[in-house]
Amino acid sequence: MKLDSRIPGGPIETAWDRCRFENKLVNPANKRKYEVIVVGSGLAGGSAAATLGELGYNVKCFCFQDSPRRAHSIAAQGGINAAKNYQNDGDSIYRLFYDTVKGGDFRAREYNVYRLAQNSVNIIDQAVAQGVPFAREYGGTLANRSFGGAQVSRTFYARGQTGQQLLLGAYQGLERQIDAGRVTMFPRTEMLDLVVIDGKARGIITRNLVTGAIETHVADAVILGTGGYGNVYYLSTNAKGSNCTAIWRAYKRGAAFGNPCFTQIHPTCIPVSGDYQSKLTLMSESLRNDGRIWVPLKQGDKRSPSQIPENERDYYLERRYPSFGNLVPRDVASRNAKAVCDEGRGVGETALGVYLDFGASIQRLGEDKIRERYGNLFEMYQRITDENPYKVPMRIYPAIHYTMGGLWVDYQLQSTIPGLFVIGEANFSDHGANRLGASALMQGLSDGYFIVPYTLGNYLAGTQLDKVSDSAPEFQAALSGVQDRTKQFLNINGSRTVDSFHRELGKIMWDECGMARTAQGLESAISRIQSLREEFWQNVKVLGKNEEINQSLEKAGRVADFFELGELMCRDALTRNESCGGHFREEYQTPDGEAMRDDDNFSHASAWEYQGDNVTPVLHKEQLEFHYVHPSQRSYK
Amino acid sequence: MRLTFHIWRQPNTGAPGKMERYESANMNPDMSMLEALDVLNEELMGKGTEPVVFEHDCREGICGSCGFMINGVAHGPQSKTTVCQLTLRHFKDGEELYLEPWRANSFPVLKDLMVDRSAFDRIIAAGGYVSVPAGSPQDANALLIPKTEADRAMDAAACIGCGACVAACPNASASLFTGAKISHLGLLPQGQPERNERALRMVRQMNGEGFGQCGNIGECEAVCPKGITLENIARMNADFLKASVCERPKSGAAEDAA
Amino acid sequence: MELTQKNMSTSAVGIAGAPNLRFWNTTNGKKAIMAVTGVILAGFLVGHLLGNLQIFLGRDAFNRYAENLHNLPALVWGTRVVLLLAVGLHIWSTVQLADRKSSARPVAYQKYTPQTSTYASRTMYMSGPIVAAFIVYHLMHFTFGTGGTEYHYYDPYGNVVAGFKVLPIALAYVVAMGLLSMHLRHGLWSFFQSLGLNHPAYTPKLKGAAAVIAVLIFLGFASIPVAVLLGAVKQDIF
Repeated sequence: MKLDSRIPGGPIETAWDRCRFENKLVNPANKRKYEVIVVGSGLAGGSAAATLGELGYNVKCFCFQDSPRRAHSIAAQGGINAAKNYQNDGDSIYRLFYDTVKGGDFRAREYNVYRLAQNSVNIIDQAVAQGVPFAREYGGTLANRSFGGAQVSRTFYARGQTGQQLLLGAYQGLERQIDAGRVTMFPRTEMLDLVVIDGKARGIITRNLVTGAIETHVADAVILGTGGYGNVYYLSTNAKGSNCTAIWRAYKRGAAFGNPCFTQIHPTCIPVSGDYQSKLTLMSESLRNDGRIWVPLKQGDKRSPSQIPENERDYYLERRYPSFGNLVPRDVASRNAKAVCDEGRGVGETALGVYLDFGASIQRLGEDKIRERYGNLFEMYQRITDENPYKVPMRIYPAIHYTMGGLWVDYQLQSTIPGLFVIGEANFSDHGANRLGASALMQGLSDGYFIVPYTLGNYLAGTQLDKVSDSAPEFQAALSGVQDRTKQFLNINGSRTVDSFHRELGKIMWDECGMARTAQGLESAISRIQSLREEFWQNVKVLGKNEEINQSLEKAGRVADFFELGELMCRDALTRNESCGGHFREEYQTPDGEAMRDDDNFSHASAWEYQGDNVTPVLHKEQLEFHYVHPSQRSYK
Repeated sequence: MRLTFHIWRQPNTGAPGKMERYESANMNPDMSMLEALDVLNEELMGKGTEPVVFEHDCREGICGSCGFMINGVAHGPQSKTTVCQLTLRHFKDGEELYLEPWRANSFPVLKDLMVDRSAFDRIIAAGGYVSVPAGSPQDANALLIPKTEADRAMDAAACIGCGACVAACPNASASLFTGAKISHLGLLPQGQPERNERALRMVRQMNGEGFGQCGNIGECEAVCPKGITLENIARMNADFLKASVCERPKSGAAEDAA
Repeated sequence: MELTQKNMSTSAVGIAGAPNLRFWNTTNGKKAIMAVTGVILAGFLVGHLLGNLQIFLGRDAFNRYAENLHNLPALVWGTRVVLLLAVGLHIWSTVQLADRKSSARPVAYQKYTPQTSTYASRTMYMSGPIVAAFIVYHLMHFTFGTGGTEYHYYDPYGNVVAGFKVLPIALAYVVAMGLLSMHLRHGLWSFFQSLGLNHPAYTPKLKGAAAVIAVLIFLGFASIPVAVLLGAVKQDIF
């Protein structure tokens, strides 16, 4: 496998223009002759399907939810970045580009990031035209806020529901194309394999989640917008259904997997309360603007927070990072919370939590002001924990939130399988080793509205695509493979439920491949995951049959893939002997405990190539070049 | 904490269903209702009984997947809360809970507590959008929208499409859902060019789906997890009335455009 | 493939697919008809009540009022035609909507707990038909004179007193007025909602006003049989 990133080269400011000009176009009359499959209906998949339908392609769009409107993009709270510079505070496309490359700890491709920053402004225009009700000033202009420690106000938002509103915009566009007959929607349908013929992606195998029918879909190109794989940790802020199956099947058909170990941990989530816990709830990062984070100075201090006097509290972020204080980036805030809990100074019943205290702000600004700013978040916190954060400090703890890794793609967003495009969180591009707040929505929509519609055309116009049908041996082999696997799950008839395996896998991943990683821990994780996986295939219990709604069967397939992906993540983390962004190897830190990057040896994106089951995959490296933003040590002291 | 569940079990749309009684002593007041069902399902599977099927995804009250009736109330006793964020603190130890799926002709039961809400998608497809191709818009700030208008549009746009409004309505009306989308777009300048056509098409589609009439009684508003108000239904009625009165016979030009 | 097509959430709908319903054929249109006809009937009630209350002015005044009305056949028949049309349309829409209601939820809940709706609003489909049945009896009673109590065409005052001296009849009238009042309480503000008028500042006031008007109409109408029963309005002032 040879990685060709197909970066246009030359001046970065005009690279995307040149690329678009050089890309071939499909004759308008020919577009309807092409069948395009889009898997996933979130910001990336939904916007791509709508846009391709609008352009005239024959689109089939698939999602496992009951409606495309429910994709997990909907849960994004904070906002979406765009280099509009509406606030006249010094923002520009170049600054957003610079911030994103630096925030990603210099592990992203410069040309991709620059294009993302360029597209950001079009996204806002597009969303407003669709009727997305962004927050506004009294004069009628769009409102912005500063987010995630950015020094300019470039984040557009719609209350705490920005993802929902942007997704509804894309969904409405998609429904319009469905009505026009240009997109056929397949909800409650899960992709279970990719079909590659003559080295090109030519279709998928799906299971209808209502009837259990396993079906073939032929196409000229396949686009995956299937989101991230944070649920490998079992507990995450991802939706329960979010899974890696589509990208993992593509990986096993030959698509390289990029930077699997790059995961993002969000510092402000509601702590776990018990073993039954099924997911973690994120609270907007904006809380750190007015909340102060602390733990007791003494270990095992079980007094209630109000009884701990000021001089026995440790405001550890303010102490360690005097200039950024509570507003340090996500990875730094998360790691420090883990560190103080590891010291035995965590709070709450589980001792896995730190205080986020609004007492001082309430005193300074008054309760009304705090209510105005964070009222809905406080309500949500109280609904879940039954504690009143106006009176008692909130308890927070980091949680898995986003995966920067994903299928490796080139500048055209094409994977190493021609005809297989990967967009949104499902690909590895743009965010490097750490994603900035409010950048996920931006990337999903940039890929879907403004990149893949151009690059797909270039592929179709420039590729000889022979007619194929689902009677081709490749389709039949993939189809029977899926059928066999489904039967296998139902026939094991063991004694442990899928969830119990998933929890155990999640625990291993969180302990060894979570906020802090060591070579020893990762090695042990790999062998533990392997033996757990073996047990799974011997002892999992899936009741019911295939020809019905069978949620255990759905989960079994997803968890089986999580085992394999989890192992690859550990392997990737093990080979990356440095600390960068969300990847923190305890062996590689500065004397005062900060991440230590190794640009001489690790300034590359890892791309793993599948070699067969139980065979160690091969690591390829895409060397990253920095012509515009020169790598420097991030410092928030 | 111990709870007794009476849960509607139905293997598929065509098959008859009935209430089944289950008990669990492993409940915890801090659990969400869905986590309670997770625990119950683990127990059922241990006994070889198929788990209860219910729809869920984000589990943070925004995706709109989850929802069922708890003791005759859509999403249960806490207002503005979906079942995924409803904790067992709202129930007493030993309480009996009756869980039933949303019931409406237009929401056929697929299995147990899971129903088919695709009628909502078809209502949106009929006109719940602004026709704007990617790439054509003007600069976002070229259009000034008063904050109060934008806020009201946002109030309506907050609908998560969960279907509780239909479930709670004695007539199984989808007026709150449809009204919310018509309001969201109708309150914004971007939505004006298609406002009449949108009202006509969406209301007709809603009727064609078989939902019942709005009786103006407000049960939908009371159970709506996002606080969508009856004002949105009135706006739909007004838009539909106006559009119906103004509707012109289709001319040749209109057919070309279509 | 067949199976998939059936379970597809959103196939193309199109304006041809979306039923091209005329305004009157939508539930929204029928509710508008109910609103307009309902408000016509409510308006009549007010006039009718103002006329009836003249009974407290004595036999002469009341009978003169009745006679004056009869001397204006255009007004009387005009009103009757409009009322008949309104009642007809109101009932016709009700029947159709009741049918829609039962088909929209064919399987009832085993448990259903109303959260906010008033008893009045949930029982429109009961209060309406009962009031309609009452109106039939009322017409037999005081217009056609076939209500089973003493009746003289030339003496409406006497007819009223004779009619309401019978306790069960008087009670039935009071109960019917109670149901009518409940029907009005929901119907009066519904008029605005169904025709698309709702405003956070005014709607709560409208609801309050509807309740007050409904109670006043009840008190007004009920006062007559009660007054007869208590002997405050009686035959022998004649």
